[in-house]
Amino acid sequence: MAKTIIEKVWNDHIVYEEENKPDLLYIDLHLIHEVTSPQAFEGLRLKGRKVRRPDLSFATMDHNVPTKNREVIKDPVSKQQMNTLADNCKEFNIPLAHMHHPDQGIVHVIGPELGLTQPGKTIVCGDSHTSTHGAFGALAFGIGTSEVEHVLSTQTLWQSKPKTMEIKVEGELGFGVTAKDVILAIISKFGVDAGTGYVVEYTGDAIRKMSMEERMTVCNMSIEAGARAGLISPDEKTAEFLKNRAHVPAEQYEELKEKWLSYATEEGAVYDKTLTIHADEIEPFVTWGTNPSMGSGISANVPTASDYTQNSKKEELKQALSYMDLSEGMPITDIEIQHVFIGSCTNSRIGDLRAAAKVIEGKKVHENVTAIVVPGSFTVKMKAEEEGLDQIFKNAGFDWRESGCSMCLAMNDDIVPAGERCASTSNRNFEGRQGAGARTHLVSPAMAAAAAVTGRFTDVRKMNVYA
Amino acid sequence: MEPVKKLTSSIAPLDRINVDTDQIIPKQFLKRIERTGFGQFLFYGWRFNEDGTPNQDFILNHPAYKNAEILAAGENFGCGSSREHAPWSLQDYGFKVIIAPSFADIFYNNCVKNGILAIRLEEADQLIQAGKEGKSAEVDLESQTVNCDGHTWHFDIDPYWKQMLLNGWDEISITFQYEDAISKYEESHV
Repeated sequence: MAKTIIEKVWNDHIVYEEENKPDLLYIDLHLIHEVTSPQAFEGLRLKGRKVRRPDLSFATMDHNVPTKNREVIKDPVSKQQMNTLADNCKEFNIPLAHMHHPDQGIVHVIGPELGLTQPGKTIVCGDSHTSTHGAFGALAFGIGTSEVEHVLSTQTLWQSKPKTMEIKVEGELGFGVTAKDVILAIISKFGVDAGTGYVVEYTGDAIRKMSMEERMTVCNMSIEAGARAGLISPDEKTAEFLKNRAHVPAEQYEELKEKWLSYATEEGAVYDKTLTIHADEIEPFVTWGTNPSMGSGISANVPTASDYTQNSKKEELKQALSYMDLSEGMPITDIEIQHVFIGSCTNSRIGDLRAAAKVIEGKKVHENVTAIVVPGSFTVKMKAEEEGLDQIFKNAGFDWRESGCSMCLAMNDDIVPAGERCASTSNRNFEGRQGAGARTHLVSPAMAAAAAVTGRFTDVRKMNVYA
Repeated sequence: MEPVKKLTSSIAPLDRINVDTDQIIPKQFLKRIERTGFGQFLFYGWRFNEDGTPNQDFILNHPAYKNAEILAAGENFGCGSSREHAPWSLQDYGFKVIIAPSFADIFYNNCVKNGILAIRLEEADQLIQAGKEGKSAEVDLESQTVNCDGHTWHFDIDPYWKQMLLNGWDEISITFQYEDAISKYEESHV
């Protein structure tokens, strides 16, 4: 029977199976960062346990790192957390891209960049955006710290077989519509828990036409639709992206490529559920609420309570708009912003920076707006500087920073003040996410750049940059 | 891990859907390197005013729920970030059972690993209501039942996770018993 990539990767990694029990799955790559690992390493030490496969583990510092001056970590607790990771990696012999290392970056940006991420692999990390790696046809999902400890000591996890879901993006994306708009539209249409209990495979013409970076943006936010993992069958583009990467041995490339492509979903394979969205119903998106499903196209208005039938949804809308200080029915284009953040594991790759730079070139950041660009990795930063993108941003009035998670979750000093509003290319608009009392609107890099110029949400398609 | 078996308690009613882990434990408290002491920060943004005083309007600050060991909430509880600090903070605060119509997958797993019983129950809204009326509920994992106000509801749980919770097992010790299978897999695959 024809199989999906999800079943193929799963079956390939079963170490042990028994009825009425989850499967014991082998983990090919364990990515580690400073926030969700210290208690796991401590657990190993308390029980005198070892790391089974340090060679299949890779660590970096991203959540707490300063993006302005790397030499000064103001918060002693942040500093301790980073030092603890360095000490743990040394003690257990795990490779680490520390804050000053040329491979440093957001864990989900550097995995693909280094070629650690490959089709057919099982990849985990104590981070819910691990789904990003699914863009390569890997089964990649976030885990908690207890599971981090379990993987460190056994290189396996007990996992119940997930249901499979296909999300099909049919047709061709319109002018000025990006991967970010696609995933925000999917979450808005199907809901924040549509994918709970499922692994999602994204299919359809629009997905096939996307670059690998765009596919990463889509898979990254699978968890925002409730799916622990979201992936895309590998194709020529996938293999081409990985060619000559540090962890892809050149002499084995052809052989690896053949194996990678063999994981693709077979014609006629059946999913437990299929959802479809048409590309022509998607326009540049802006979230107006406090979870990623609360978003609308730029030409729409904020909803009103009468748009919902369920009382719990009406109540949720009321709470969200009260936190966001918005009124029911107001046009999205009337919302004024004070901050712009271009960065995060969703949108901080070179293609994202190019898209934003294209909008900003020759223009100025609005006088009411503070804007920053935080590249996803040191490598992205170098590449952008080589192309002169840093100059475009700086000339426009953006702050050009060092790589890290930064204002996506504001664990370092990059915080949106209470009561202020940020157009952000990140993935979560939860209350307080970018700072206590801060208000987050999720958008694409191009839409963030447009908002930076005009000081309010503006349809980037009307800015004459795509001519 | 402490075994979970049976308990009777008042029910703290959190009448909201899609409660995310950023609300359960905000990011500024994720920098600690210990597993303990997170209860004081639970629902920080909702529990406290900007000046640090308790927000009297937030349900958990009501004296009636001070000793509640059961939390009842709306659908998709624990969505968002994978931070295990969320179940750590709920447990440290005193909750042993969470009842909701549905949970986010990672959060649910994280609860099991820490000996918190997360119960998927479609009728969770009735428990929220009972909690508001000051009623108690009895939860029994062995029989997979919740009793409250003359109603008995049955809940489903994976038999493997049930055994883990009932016995308070350390999962890593169990997995070590499969070491041969892991080594054999590594020989042929890795």
